[in-house]
Amino acid sequence: MKRRLTMGVAAAAVGTLLAACGAGGPGSGGGKISGGKLTLGVLTDLSGVYADLAGNGAVAAVQMAADDFQKKYGDKAVTKKIDVIKADHQNKPEVANTQAREMYERKGADALFDVPTSSAALAVQTVAAQQKKLYFNTGAATTELAGKSCNAYTYEWAYDSYMLAHGTGTQVTQQGGKNWYLIYPDYAFGQDMQAKFTPAIESAGGRVVAKDPTPFPSDNYSTFLLKAPTLNPKPDVLGALQAGGDLANVVKQYDQFKVKDKGVQLAIGLLFDSDIRAIGADKLAGTMFTTAWFWNLDDRSRAWAQRFQQRTGQLPTFDQAADYSAATAYLEAVQKAGTDKAESVSKVLNGMTFDDFFARNATVRTADHRVTHDAYLAKVKAPAQATQDGDYTELVRTIPAAQAFDKPSPDCHLG
Amino acid sequence: MTSFLQQLFNGLVSGSFYALLALGLAVIFGMLRVVNFAHGALYMLGAFGAVVLGDSAGLGFWWALLLVPAALAVAGMAMERLLVQRLTALDPLYNFLLTFGIALVCQDLLRMKYGSHSQPYDHAPFSGTVDLGLFDYPAYQVFVLAVSVAVCVAVWLLLTRTRIGTVVRASTERPELTRAFGIDTRRWVTPVFGFGVALAGLAGVLAAPMRAVNSDMGADLIITVFAVVVIGGLGSVFGSVIAGFAIGMLQALGNLYVPVLSQTSVYLLMAVVLLVRPAGLFGKEEHA
Repeated sequence: MKRRLTMGVAAAAVGTLLAACGAGGPGSGGGKISGGKLTLGVLTDLSGVYADLAGNGAVAAVQMAADDFQKKYGDKAVTKKIDVIKADHQNKPEVANTQAREMYERKGADALFDVPTSSAALAVQTVAAQQKKLYFNTGAATTELAGKSCNAYTYEWAYDSYMLAHGTGTQVTQQGGKNWYLIYPDYAFGQDMQAKFTPAIESAGGRVVAKDPTPFPSDNYSTFLLKAPTLNPKPDVLGALQAGGDLANVVKQYDQFKVKDKGVQLAIGLLFDSDIRAIGADKLAGTMFTTAWFWNLDDRSRAWAQRFQQRTGQLPTFDQAADYSAATAYLEAVQKAGTDKAESVSKVLNGMTFDDFFARNATVRTADHRVTHDAYLAKVKAPAQATQDGDYTELVRTIPAAQAFDKPSPDCHLG
Repeated sequence: MTSFLQQLFNGLVSGSFYALLALGLAVIFGMLRVVNFAHGALYMLGAFGAVVLGDSAGLGFWWALLLVPAALAVAGMAMERLLVQRLTALDPLYNFLLTFGIALVCQDLLRMKYGSHSQPYDHAPFSGTVDLGLFDYPAYQVFVLAVSVAVCVAVWLLLTRTRIGTVVRASTERPELTRAFGIDTRRWVTPVFGFGVALAGLAGVLAAPMRAVNSDMGADLIITVFAVVVIGGLGSVFGSVIAGFAIGMLQALGNLYVPVLSQTSVYLLMAVVLLVRPAGLFGKEEHA
């Protein structure tokens, strides 16, 4: 055992030496790329509740970005070898912590992507700073990542709870849904969402009549659905901040209890295409929600979505699209910097403005590494209006990048 | 007052699922002394059975209500014959591990095939509401309650009023003595296991129109059901049914008055019951 350990240390030392010599040597692509290759790590949920909206689709999106980059630059690419590796964090912060360390330290990952589940993303963010390697969050919603936990190695590419709350909360209130009844799952995500929705509704002139935490997970929401129309004043909107299977339960039972017929509309905090498919577009038709992107947005999006579908057999979610966008931006920045050193790559990214099929009118904010871009207030299409299978989303209004996200948090010091 | 009664009714509806599942666990435990950890997975298979029949064979809810429990009963009997039976002579832990393993395998196979998201189910038999005098209530959920009560009463009558029931109860309580009377207790073990599994499948089919159908649905639910069984008294058929409905109502009232406590309340009650009556509320009476 001891002997093997010694040999391992020796091998690592030799590896490090080789890597150091390799830089600048022949075959390393001429750049200062550690180990002569780039390794993109996708740390995601491969088996749990977020596996469908992130999971192997996220891995495929990052691989697509790597392939497209190599096709674009060919021999001029900063390196000819880009590896995409993946790991399952099971939505647990302690597993995410270990896996992130493993990927950065032992598997040579230069940057990590995805990481759904806020607690897991916060763990990875800490590891990234310790390792001085980059991490691009697309999967987790908490604003804390760009708030008091922010650091110079982490970027927030896709969405956050502020964007969801201010899209849906503000817009629906302004369109006449003044009184709200909020139900939120009683764990970090739900509490964060509730804390963002309440001020969004109130600052738009609305009122939160009541808010209730619901057990997590739960398959019975009848108590809250019966309570909704009896509150005084009667709420116009039931804001359901549940996710995944819980959300499916809420909507199925909302439908059976005929809450809509009693004058209480449904608005949903976070809704992915995979949720709409699970619940059935007929039950959700007309429901308002905010999204960072959807595949049927326009021709550019459709073209990318089609390529993604050819590769994976599925239509992409916004998380997967954001993974492609972030990985592409990262590779371009490495190309421009000529090195994979995180600080140098960061210098290229910070303050960058760009526009790709996912992120429109996008800016990488220097102050907190939040990427601001247009977001979309949308509603679920009735099945009769859908042009094809998987066409669920109808654009209501584009929320300009400047309004979609909160101002940089005073708690954030990139250091 | 109306809202209080409404909550009690809500509780009865969610209690319907607890009761059906706990009943199945109780008959299996009574006959085999096996705690079937696969029960939640079998409930999940019941719901998926309804989805698959609807999607691929175009068979609606009523067919599913008939065919899925029957198919699961057969599968359950095969499971008992091929696997569970081989381990009954050993420490009960072996069957804990076996059934728990079966549950994990079922969940992962379905996750591989269908992913982790819920499956849509479009074959709900009723969509309207019925007037219950004081308030309107979804017709389907009233139906679920009616089916559950009818099944529980039928099982109770079967066990107390028929010869088969007498034999099963005798084999449960005094297996040696029953054998001494010349009755082959072994031949009842497999059908009883299959019957318990069928009840889980029935609960699963009933869940499909009103709950999210996904690979985790059973795992989430079964923890509460175990608490129900412990509170009611392990192996007590009557106790598990009563506890099932009672816990449903307790949770519903908790949701209304103290939402933060609604989940914990079940385990608090379980802890108190275990301290005061370690065999569960109805445990001793059954075996005395």
